[in-house]
Amino acid sequence: MIGLEHYLTVSALLFCLGLFGVIARRNLLVIYMSLELMLNAANLALVAFSRFNQDLNGQVMVFFVITVAAAEVAVGLALIVALYRRRQSANVEHLTTLKL
Amino acid sequence: MKLPLLPWLILFLPLLAAAAGMLWTLRSPARTARLSVGAIAGSFLLSVVFIAVNGWLPAGAESAVTWLAVGDLSVDLGLQLDSLSLPMLLVVTGVGGVIHVYSLGYLRDDPGFARYFACLSLFTFAMLGVVLANNFLMLFVFWELVGVSSYLLIGFWFGRPAAADAGKKAFLTNRVGDFGFLLGILLVWSTLGTLDFGELRKIISVRPDVLGGAATLAGLLIFCGAVGKSAQFPLHVWLPDAMEGPTPVSALIHAATMVAAGVYMLCRVFFLLDLPGSHALDIIGWIGGITALFAAVVALQQNDIKRILAYSTLSQLGYMVMAVGVGGPATGMYHLTTHAFFKALLFLGAGSVIHALHHQQNIWKMGGLSWRMPVTFLTFLVATLALCGVPPFSGFFSKDAVLAATLTGNHANYLLFGLGVAVAVLTTLYMFRLVFVVFLGSTRSAHANAAQESPRIMTWPLALLALPSALAGFWAIDGIYAGAFGGEGGAGHGGWGHTIAMLASLAAVIGGFVLAWRLYRDAMDDPLPAKLGGLAEAMRDRFYLDEVYQGTVIRFQDACAGFADLFDRWIIAGVAVRGVHGTTEFVGRALRLAQTGNLRTYAFLTVLGLALILYLALG
Repeated sequence: MIGLEHYLTVSALLFCLGLFGVIARRNLLVIYMSLELMLNAANLALVAFSRFNQDLNGQVMVFFVITVAAAEVAVGLALIVALYRRRQSANVEHLTTLKL
Repeated sequence: MKLPLLPWLILFLPLLAAAAGMLWTLRSPARTARLSVGAIAGSFLLSVVFIAVNGWLPAGAESAVTWLAVGDLSVDLGLQLDSLSLPMLLVVTGVGGVIHVYSLGYLRDDPGFARYFACLSLFTFAMLGVVLANNFLMLFVFWELVGVSSYLLIGFWFGRPAAADAGKKAFLTNRVGDFGFLLGILLVWSTLGTLDFGELRKIISVRPDVLGGAATLAGLLIFCGAVGKSAQFPLHVWLPDAMEGPTPVSALIHAATMVAAGVYMLCRVFFLLDLPGSHALDIIGWIGGITALFAAVVALQQNDIKRILAYSTLSQLGYMVMAVGVGGPATGMYHLTTHAFFKALLFLGAGSVIHALHHQQNIWKMGGLSWRMPVTFLTFLVATLALCGVPPFSGFFSKDAVLAATLTGNHANYLLFGLGVAVAVLTTLYMFRLVFVVFLGSTRSAHANAAQESPRIMTWPLALLALPSALAGFWAIDGIYAGAFGGEGGAGHGGWGHTIAMLASLAAVIGGFVLAWRLYRDAMDDPLPAKLGGLAEAMRDRFYLDEVYQGTVIRFQDACAGFADLFDRWIIAGVAVRGVHGTTEFVGRALRLAQTGNLRTYAFLTVLGLALILYLALG
């Protein structure tokens, strides 16, 4: 029988994978995808809780997250494209202009 | 009271002129001067009209609007119109007006001409405010305003370090006196609960002992203000230095009106000083007497024409304060009024001489000017005779009244009478020394040889002032002032006091004149130093009081300032301010190292922080 803890374990694994990607990878696009992974790990946890607590609020929350994430992706990708056109690079190591 | 708006107009006309002069017409000197002269002339004429309509003691003599009300304290902006303030109104605007006109000639080519007249108008406004104020707070405000305008005018030639220093000295010395004055006002307010002169007088007349043991203290604290402004010993040091200002300013402010404000104020609040159990008047009388004697002695050995007159002013102010102290405020005011005429005239005459001699002020470089400058000489002579108290000139009557008050006043003091007579001898001596050396004998310099009479715009004011200097004794001015003190406050005419005073002052004049004649008739240099030796030197150096102040008060003040400077520099600015700023900057610099600009580092640190928070929150 698959219980709540199994879902949560998967969710946690996914979250950590995403986190590792954000910290370790250099390409902005990959970092971006890792971020999405983290969001979806959270979504998974929310859905699991919703199912096992018999409470639909969690699923409503997930819809919100998905919607916001879609909007955010649109803006974020546009930014990355613009940045790439300007700098000919999507490597975060090269994007350190904000340093004093 | 008819025409109640007129006094307000009289008060504010000069302010309008000053504001216009400062704000709009500084670029056109002629227009500023015209405005200024017009304003004071207007004030004078309106005063005459007001007095002609209402008499010296208008019914319902006050006109007031509430200025501010805070808790129990309610202060009116009010004008007191009685037989004390109305004659003063005429003196201030009349003498002031004449001096305004004289200034037109004296400062004709000065680059600061417009600024001068704007300041002069400001002064007139302030002085009128002092004269008309009906409560302590308003009096104090205008009192300070008078101080400011005096400062501006002493330092009129601010390019000269001596003038700038003199202005500062006058201002700071006055602050010392005003501090006491303010304390006195606060004491009166905290014990009697009002600052209005009329109400105070009412309270005092019902319960004369209401101040109790604080009566002497309150009187003396209020007197402190007069000590500063009327340059009484020991705060007299600023007045001689104030002669650095233009001569008309010396005439108006530092001889005729402003320095008299202290005496006027004492008379205005005389009911507060003359309380049972209060010794304030005795001390006031002595301070006045000491100032009169001290200044007269010093005047004897001064060689700068304006300084001689400055010390003479000090001496005469001493007389007035002494008159108040012996219980004769009306005689003090009487002497103030006649003194305003002849001392202004003396200064304007001196200004005329200085003007003719291209700003030579040393009397030993003058001489023989009597036939080169006849108008100046004659008017100067009239003023000298008035100052010495030669009958029938105005000074004779007022000085006689003051001396009589020392004999028959409520606080009569025979020692002060003797002192007053001695001062009268000295006065005649130093004034005729001045006249002999400056106007008679032979010339002692090329400038004196080439001296010419001043232009008419300067000689006419001299003539105008000579008139009251000679005749004011017949105008019954003392009677008008006595009205303000319920018919008392003077020694009254006739009586044994007057006879003795008259004889003594006549003897003093004759004695002083004979001495001056023998010593200075055709002296080429001063014979006194040879006769008096070290004493003459001490007199010339003003008994080293300036040096004493330099060594004690100023050194102490400098030490305090030095300590405050160190404290400010090292403790406040060093430890407190720089410490906070330094720590913040150090921490900031350290934290800057964490700012790599690398996105991945930030992400890692964020996660680390989050993990830490979660650990602390949940673990």
